Amino acid sequence: MSDSDASSPSAAPARNYLNFATTAKSWLLTLDHKRIGLLYLISIAFFFLVGGFGASLVRLELLTPDGNLLSAESYNKMFTMHGVIMIFFFLIPAGPGVLGNFVLPLMIGAKDVAFPRLNLASWYVYMTGASFGVAALILGGVDTGWTFYTPYSSTYANSQVILTGLGAFIAGFASILTGLNFIVTIHKLRAPGLSWFRMPLFVWAMYATSIVVMLGTPVIAITLVLILLERGLGLAIFDPALGGDPVLFQHLFWFYSHPAVYIMILPGFGIISELISCFSRKRIFGYGFVAFSSMAIALIGFFVWGHHMFVSSQSVYAGLIFSFLSFLIAVPTAVKIFNWTATLYKGAIVFRTPMIYALGFLGLFLIGGLTGLFLSSMGLDVHLHDTYFVVAHFHYVMVGGMVMAFLGGLHFWWPKMTGRMYFQGWAIVTAIVIFVGFNLTFFPQFLLGYLGMPRRYHVYPSEFQILHVLSSAGASILGGGFLMLYIYLPLSLFIGRKAPRNPWPATGLEWEVAESPPSPHNFETTPVVTEEAYNYAHKDHAFFEQDIVDILPEEDENV
Amino acid sequence: MTDPSVDTVAEAIPAESAPLINHHISPVTLYYKIFGLLMILTVITVAIARVDLGFMNIVMAVTIATLKATVVALFFMHLKYSAKVTWVAAAAGAIWLCVMLALTLADVLSRTWIPTPEAWL
Amino acid sequence: MSDAHSSPYLHHHFDTLEQQRQASSLGMWVFIAQEIMFFGGLFLAYTYYRALYPEAFAVGSSLLSLGWGGFNTVVLICSSLTVALSVHAAQVGNKNGIMRYIVATMFLGVIFLGVKYIEYHAKFDHNLVPGRNFQFEPHDAHAHTAPVEFELPALVASAQAQVPQMAMPAMDGEALHAEEEHGELSFDPRHLQIFFSLYFAMTGMHALHMIIGIGLMFWLLRLAGTNRFAPEYYTPVELFGLYWHFVDIIWIFLFPLLYLI
Ligand code: HEM
Ligand SMILES: [Cu+2]
Repeated sequence: MSDSDASSPSAAPARNYLNFATTAKSWLLTLDHKRIGLLYLISIAFFFLVGGFGASLVRLELLTPDGNLLSAESYNKMFTMHGVIMIFFFLIPAGPGVLGNFVLPLMIGAKDVAFPRLNLASWYVYMTGASFGVAALILGGVDTGWTFYTPYSSTYANSQVILTGLGAFIAGFASILTGLNFIVTIHKLRAPGLSWFRMPLFVWAMYATSIVVMLGTPVIAITLVLILLERGLGLAIFDPALGGDPVLFQHLFWFYSHPAVYIMILPGFGIISELISCFSRKRIFGYGFVAFSSMAIALIGFFVWGHHMFVSSQSVYAGLIFSFLSFLIAVPTAVKIFNWTATLYKGAIVFRTPMIYALGFLGLFLIGGLTGLFLSSMGLDVHLHDTYFVVAHFHYVMVGGMVMAFLGGLHFWWPKMTGRMYFQGWAIVTAIVIFVGFNLTFFPQFLLGYLGMPRRYHVYPSEFQILHVLSSAGASILGGGFLMLYIYLPLSLFIGRKAPRNPWPATGLEWEVAESPPSPHNFETTPVVTEEAYNYAHKDHAFFEQDIVDILPEEDENV
Repeated sequence: MTDPSVDTVAEAIPAESAPLINHHISPVTLYYKIFGLLMILTVITVAIARVDLGFMNIVMAVTIATLKATVVALFFMHLKYSAKVTWVAAAAGAIWLCVMLALTLADVLSRTWIPTPEAWL
Repeated sequence: MSDAHSSPYLHHHFDTLEQQRQASSLGMWVFIAQEIMFFGGLFLAYTYYRALYPEAFAVGSSLLSLGWGGFNTVVLICSSLTVALSVHAAQVGNKNGIMRYIVATMFLGVIFLGVKYIEYHAKFDHNLVPGRNFQFEPHDAHAHTAPVEFELPALVASAQAQVPQMAMPAMDGEALHAEEEHGELSFDPRHLQIFFSLYFAMTGMHALHMIIGIGLMFWLLRLAGTNRFAPEYYTPVELFGLYWHFVDIIWIFLFPLLYLI
């Protein structure tokens, strides 16, 4: 579409961060936050496939009550591999590593993050950790569950605990480097005029995430070191035969791993704020509340870890405290949901792919969060702990919440990252397939868990079969939806229509000032911010670039 | 952290008027004094440990160690002359560690409040 | 704009040297907060087990050498002073001062590690390293005159012989009632293994940080030697100073917790 090209200031193929140098070296040694974001994107896309493969085998095995596809050991290894990869090598880096790296400096009008070399190091550290994980997989796998509970992991397991633990340990430092970079970047590199309360909410969310990363991740690092020392060198830390206490391990582990669920979801909250505001053509309702609720979640998120340990022989008094605090954290979370909903109210809602994901997020995360409250009720959790109810809960928040938000954000910023539009029709169909497949997969698991189906078993009583079959059927739909992403997004790089600077007239420096794709140093001159975020009242939203694609999809080859 | 003006130098001070380096330089004698203080505290902590104060021994030991650490941070690490956000960063680590200790001890110390039924032993 | 822009020390994505310096310093402090939590996990394990097994910890502590521990504390405090002085030298642009004090710090660091080697070696000699060969001999506790809050039983040969070698975990519930077997000891000697495991983990992690610090000092020497520092740019020296002081602070806590209880 030539008219849209003409409407963007630089019609000639401008020098941008993708085309100014194209050698392998220019990618592998790049200090550009945008390229590093793309490196992360490619890596996590790969690990999502590997982790998804493990999930497929788990769901296949569970089609029948007997263990006729996998042995008990290989089943254990499959769900462990799925969990470890999805959490440590996919979901934790997804928010900060990909979207954070790419968008955050653009949003705050910076030329780069504060420490570009550390940023590149972060990707290499992540790849090293992930390689350890893959090596563990090739050399026989690991069967402890992603939770590495002692003394099984430290003493009894006969699988690659050391390699996997090292992998997670190393990958943790990648998060730490990213978190450190973001905190300093947000403090020191904001463009003139961009005061804290003018920052886009995604930046607030990344700030909160980074705080959690910096204060939580080191604890899991040292915990893994202790397991490695016990397993490798024979130190006695967790061994009950010598008076060691496995509950100590659980404290250490969950002190990190509960906050880690917020490392995973907080970036999603930030993305959803951007999407809801843009596609409702409205300033976000209660900006300050949404910003502060991120900070509150980061803070309170550290006080609730004991809700994973209600039946671990943790003192019931501590359990009471943790139960109460867990209810408390639902408050800032609910504030967000209310504010997003209030933003939609009387908004001029535009159904584009990112918005479909955002709306999906709202419903699914609501279910995930509310079932979290079920689980935080100490008495109820005695029944639900270690059942499929928990599995359903955390998939609703992690997949229904964060993966939906991530995909929404990916589609939102895809034109900015690649300079190409994806195919609207494909994308909407995919989003709907994922939504349907997801619910069919995981809703039955709430019922299964409530009826007593324990997690992590490869055989089960036959009365559970019908629900398991439903779940596996849903999983194949969901898997199909994810695979479609792997087809049409890469394809759009080659035959997608060229993206204008601001395809969904959105606010924010990354849309209004930076080109698509941005130039190597983001901005020719440092932008000056003169207004609050989400000033959609003053935006001309009559014209949505993508409407053209809707009408004339065949124009795609036109570029 | 909520005060938008404290920490964005680029914004607070126009580059032209900013001094090249506005950095506090402590006199060398201060360092020697702090060093002496740390030595004295070390002697005190060893001496107190030799007296049996029961529960108070650990309290004294940790208090003196905290005091020493604070002195090192304030003067050797120049925290005293640093921006507010630096204080926040330093405090965050210490506070979070206390939270972790406190909530875990809430478990450990209250476990025996409910006696284990005899039949379980 | 101002001449700050043309400074050879300024990276492209910063506007002024001051902004760049503050960013580095904040980054280091955030890193230190992270380090506090890293060691924090160890301190949590220590607190947890000390709350559960106070007697075993007191005995374990009495088996450490207070003399060497105190000596090392003094060494580390001296090294903190020398680092502070080298940062001062950098602030006033005294290149030789930087190098002299860095070398002094390295020297003190090496002494510290040497003493740690002696201490570790003694633990190996006395079979106090957790694992297959761990063996507690009550008279060892007597050989050191550090204060012990309670009376260790007089040397009872039988008690010594009964101390089991707990290499392989015994799973029977019987083993958990070891106190009955060792009527003479007021604590379960297996818990000593936990104390020593923590001792090695904590001091080992601390020593590792010192080794890294010494490595960093070689790099600083090279930078200083090639005249890379000036009063308006000495960030590496400053950040290293923060790091080294932090490592010192960790020891300030380790010393009383391990040696003085
Ligand atoms: C309203 C906030 C939330 C509350 C109150 C909550 C509560 C809980 C509770 C009590 C459990 C333990 C259940 C059991 O094992 O018996 C649990 C498990 C879990 N939650 Fe949440 N949750 C919340 C939000 C989230 C979020 C946002 C995520 C991730 C993005 C998440 C991820 C998980 C995971 C991964 C587990 C299972 C861990 C495992 O045992 O493998 N939760 N949640
Ligand atoms: Cu949790």
